[in-house]
Amino acid sequence: MTTTPAGTAATASAVSVRGADKVFATKRGEVVALTGIDLDVAPGEFVSLIGPSGCGKSTLLRLIADLDSPTSGTVEVFGTSAHQARLDQRYGIAFQQAGLLPWRTVAANIALPLELHGVGAAERAARVDELIELVGLGDFAQQYPDHLSGGMQQRVAIARALAEKPALLLMDEPFGALDEMTREYLQAELLRIAAETRAAVVFVTHSIPEAVYLSDRVVVMSPRPGRISAIVPMNLGRSADRAEDIREDAAFFEMITAVREALHGAPVTGARGVETR
Amino acid sequence: MSSAAIGREASTAERVGAPIVLGVVVVALWQLLAGSGLIEAYLLPSPLAIGQEIAEFLPSMLSAAGLTGLNALVGLLVGTLLGIVGALLASATRLVDGMLAPVVAALSVVPIVALAPVLNSAFGADAQTGRQLIAALAAFVPVFINTARGLRQTRPVHRDLMRVYAASPWQTMRTITLRTAAPFTFTGIRLASSLAVISALVAEYFGGPRGGLGGLISTSAASSAYARAWAYVVAAIVLGLVFYLVALAIERLVSRRR
Repeated sequence: MTTTPAGTAATASAVSVRGADKVFATKRGEVVALTGIDLDVAPGEFVSLIGPSGCGKSTLLRLIADLDSPTSGTVEVFGTSAHQARLDQRYGIAFQQAGLLPWRTVAANIALPLELHGVGAAERAARVDELIELVGLGDFAQQYPDHLSGGMQQRVAIARALAEKPALLLMDEPFGALDEMTREYLQAELLRIAAETRAAVVFVTHSIPEAVYLSDRVVVMSPRPGRISAIVPMNLGRSADRAEDIREDAAFFEMITAVREALHGAPVTGARGVETR
Repeated sequence: MSSAAIGREASTAERVGAPIVLGVVVVALWQLLAGSGLIEAYLLPSPLAIGQEIAEFLPSMLSAAGLTGLNALVGLLVGTLLGIVGALLASATRLVDGMLAPVVAALSVVPIVALAPVLNSAFGADAQTGRQLIAALAAFVPVFINTARGLRQTRPVHRDLMRVYAASPWQTMRTITLRTAAPFTFTGIRLASSLAVISALVAEYFGGPRGGLGGLISTSAASSAYARAWAYVVAAIVLGLVFYLVALAIERLVSRRR
């Protein structure tokens, strides 16, 4: 079974985490957020991190993004340190909050990273047009974020994350605050975009169906201390080739059950601490 | 739909018309009261008498308003500049913040106008410097406090984003921090605008060169020309309103996209 697409031997992993620990010093002493994390993500692979609150899934994503540093262990992105990868803009990122600048139009928000990195005005405008088409916001280029729905804002944030054609997309519960309809729609859109851009994706979520639908592999994490308790390959064909109706397949439900059992370490009737929707 | 449009029109008419009607009624009652002889003219001159003084002394009133207004404007600009620079320094280093915070707290409780006689003698009897300095001090406090607050409003997700983009401190400052703080700064400037006018005006009560609105109010009152004193008070109110409305318009313009 191929959980890692071809080419891993020739090129470095998109993400390679080795023995990473993260300890936060708080007033009440040290809190171990992550311990003994080992994870590889192949180029073009879609990997979800799932687990209950406090399992460190967002912290792990922040380590990969070099927004935090591991207390020990190493984090590499495309064969270089996470720090260097950030400086080289090797990844794009989207957070749970869209984080758009309210004083900029949709187009100017998407252009922000290009602008900061000195891309010329003409090239910038052309790229922004492409991205707006890619996320289906053609009519809203000159609107301000406050006039858009949550789902549309999140699409702008995804377009912004893709602005510099990164080969790795990091997403921290980007659809967490959206309603179920919008969420399923954007999940399908994300698979299409990931297939078009051939980017590897590391996707943090607490929704089992979301993780199953999107991923090539689901990384199941557990809390206190945060660690990887299982990695479940999704036997649903390449994520890029999945159609919307896979959500009704028996195989899809089998995978949901597999992830749920991995979350609880044994067969269970109902999941706790994790959304099952 | 048409009823909704009429409803909007009616509310606009009410919003503008009601205060005008009230103003006219109050002025008419005032005129009746002053004309009846029940109230002595030195207590409350009639609106008609004040209006006559305004018409008669309009040129001197304009030049006085110009002089006081210039002092207030210089003070407002200097105070705003110092307030913004001070707030930037305070937000940049905790040490400066620690040094400035008590000074600003002290400044905000000192009746700054009380400094007027001291500054007048310090800068000489023929200089406007003392008044401008007083206006600047009064303007500094709200601009500093509001800007300092605005500089702390940057959202964590925006800071993360700038770090992701490996943005330079200057880029982060320009793209996020200043833009987030701007509406707060302009609120501070709006508050400072009235304070600058009041301070520049009141500072004139304590000596120094004549010719400003404050000086003319005090000399008119001292020479028992009550209606004229009131006429200059009206001019002072108009001057204060002009400052406030201009500052408000700029604030609205800047805050529109928030």
